[in-house]
Amino acid sequence: MTTALAADREPPLARGPGRLRRLRRDAVRYRWLFLLMLPGLVYFALFRFWPMYGARIAFKNYIPFLGIDGSEWVGFAHFQAFLSNPDFPRLLVNTLVIAALSLLIAFPLTIVLALLLNELRLQILKRTVQTLVYIPHFLSWTVVVSITALLFAIDTGPLWTFFAGLFGTDANMLADPDWFRPLVLMQMVWKDTGWGTIIFLAALAGVDQEQYEAAIIDGAGRWQRVRHITIPSILPTITVLLILHTGQILNTGFEQIYLMSNSLNRTVADVFDTYVYFAGIEQGAYSYSTAVGLFKAIVGLVLIFGTNWLAKRFNQQGIF
Amino acid sequence: MVTTRIDPERVLRGPSRGRETRGTRVFGAFNTVFLILLCALMLYPFITVLAQSFSSPGAINAGQVSFWPVGFNTDTYAAVMQNETFWRNYGNTVLYTVTGTAIAMVLTTTYAFVLSKPHLKGRKVLIGIAVFTMFFNGGLVPNYVLISSLGMKNTMWAIVLPGAISVFNLLVMKSFFESLPKELEEAAQIDGLGWYGIFGRIVLPLSKAVIATMILFYSVAFWNDWFAAFLYLDKTELFPVTLFLRNLIAGASTTASEGAAAAGTTTALVSSNIQAVTMILTVIPILCIYPFVQRFFVTGVMLGSVKG
Repeated sequence: MTTALAADREPPLARGPGRLRRLRRDAVRYRWLFLLMLPGLVYFALFRFWPMYGARIAFKNYIPFLGIDGSEWVGFAHFQAFLSNPDFPRLLVNTLVIAALSLLIAFPLTIVLALLLNELRLQILKRTVQTLVYIPHFLSWTVVVSITALLFAIDTGPLWTFFAGLFGTDANMLADPDWFRPLVLMQMVWKDTGWGTIIFLAALAGVDQEQYEAAIIDGAGRWQRVRHITIPSILPTITVLLILHTGQILNTGFEQIYLMSNSLNRTVADVFDTYVYFAGIEQGAYSYSTAVGLFKAIVGLVLIFGTNWLAKRFNQQGIF
Repeated sequence: MVTTRIDPERVLRGPSRGRETRGTRVFGAFNTVFLILLCALMLYPFITVLAQSFSSPGAINAGQVSFWPVGFNTDTYAAVMQNETFWRNYGNTVLYTVTGTAIAMVLTTTYAFVLSKPHLKGRKVLIGIAVFTMFFNGGLVPNYVLISSLGMKNTMWAIVLPGAISVFNLLVMKSFFESLPKELEEAAQIDGLGWYGIFGRIVLPLSKAVIATMILFYSVAFWNDWFAAFLYLDKTELFPVTLFLRNLIAGASTTASEGAAAAGTTTALVSSNIQAVTMILTVIPILCIYPFVQRFFVTGVMLGSVKG
């Protein structure tokens, strides 16, 4: 047994020619393993990294006929054009508002729901509730938007009737700019709040039950146990998710927003993601649209590293 | 450190109950009722859609349908099911989902297996490559240019290949493989099994839960996808059913007749009931598989998220 395992163990010192020999030995020993991951590697190279390299058209006036390399280099012209575009402030505000709705309303609701679920004593009920609240996550945005269209159809949709009565309005909610954000928020909450709890419940499942028992003996009430045991135990998860969320601030997601937008609510519905599509695919401004996308991606990258750094400064566990 | 002061009486009374006051019990009851109501609220949209799918257009347009079908009929189902475009697109969805999931599972499991080998040189780099693409991508147009230049427009491959590895799924899978007992693989190695033997005969059979979960995630993603189809497919006969549905609503929100044309339906009215039926038929396969896989994915995802 030891002979086979010894081969796996690292030699204590590996420098100079020994290192080279080891590398060669590894290459031989692992060659079948490398072959196994080759398809995946090709996938990443072709479908993930090649487009990153292709993004250099953001710095050119890309004309498909001339090809990427044949097109004229223009530096940061497209970035400047985008940042000085009169549409830019509106896009930024629309994007940030939707991000804020997601971060400040939908995300806390997820935590609250997870905590409430965790307090359910009856296991069968807990499982049933979980099963039901996860379902909307598995629906396509086309379905979610179709459902919204039915429920909020002017004069006929049951929820239209309900809200129209509640607010004393007869607006066409599907087209009214004032209703765009509330509807989008409702969809987000409906679709993903339940699903979002899964990761918190996983963290909570890992909490040592003896802590609760000890706290009970100490006379801690339900709320005190939640405050001093439950919440601290999901705090690392919250931090990690916050970092990830922050990196996604400019990515509102295309599908939901695009499907919910129409000619009447464009003023509030246009966000970076849909703008990239309209400019790039519909109007054919390839380079300009790529510059917008690249701008978005780089800001996201900066944000994610920034929050990660901040989290570490405050002694929380980061993601890197 | 919190100093622990033990109150003997309280210990004798047994755990809890002492402070499980009326307040706590009231909270428990409220919580239960609240969550049940919440479930009802979550289900409400489904119920309405289901009710509308069995209702007469007249009743829907009069705003009478909320919980229960009014003017019960199955004509709408019959009408949608007779629509050839619908079935063709439905078939496309099945084809894309099955092919896409098969490819995705092969790529994800093999790559994750390699990543889970702690001794492997360059393993960190390989993980880094994958994680980096989670946070940074080339953007819409470069992807579009790539797919066009590969000649994949108006083919199934534009739908199936770009999403073949989800990094999140990959990482979940990797941590699952890492959690398998090392001794098994070592023993298998001593018995003369190569990497493929270990992978195929030891690791995969032990990973049924996570594999089931990943199959669910990938197939749902392919089933639900419409954006790739929207970008890369121009021919109606290649559309997946999600795009059929999308065109139905896009049409209905402008004018009913245009909607009918967009969806290729012969009925003049793309009324709510037709939308409802199309939705139900689109969603049913997911809802049918979901309960069976759910018990797997809760454990599968939890394993991944606790470790990852």
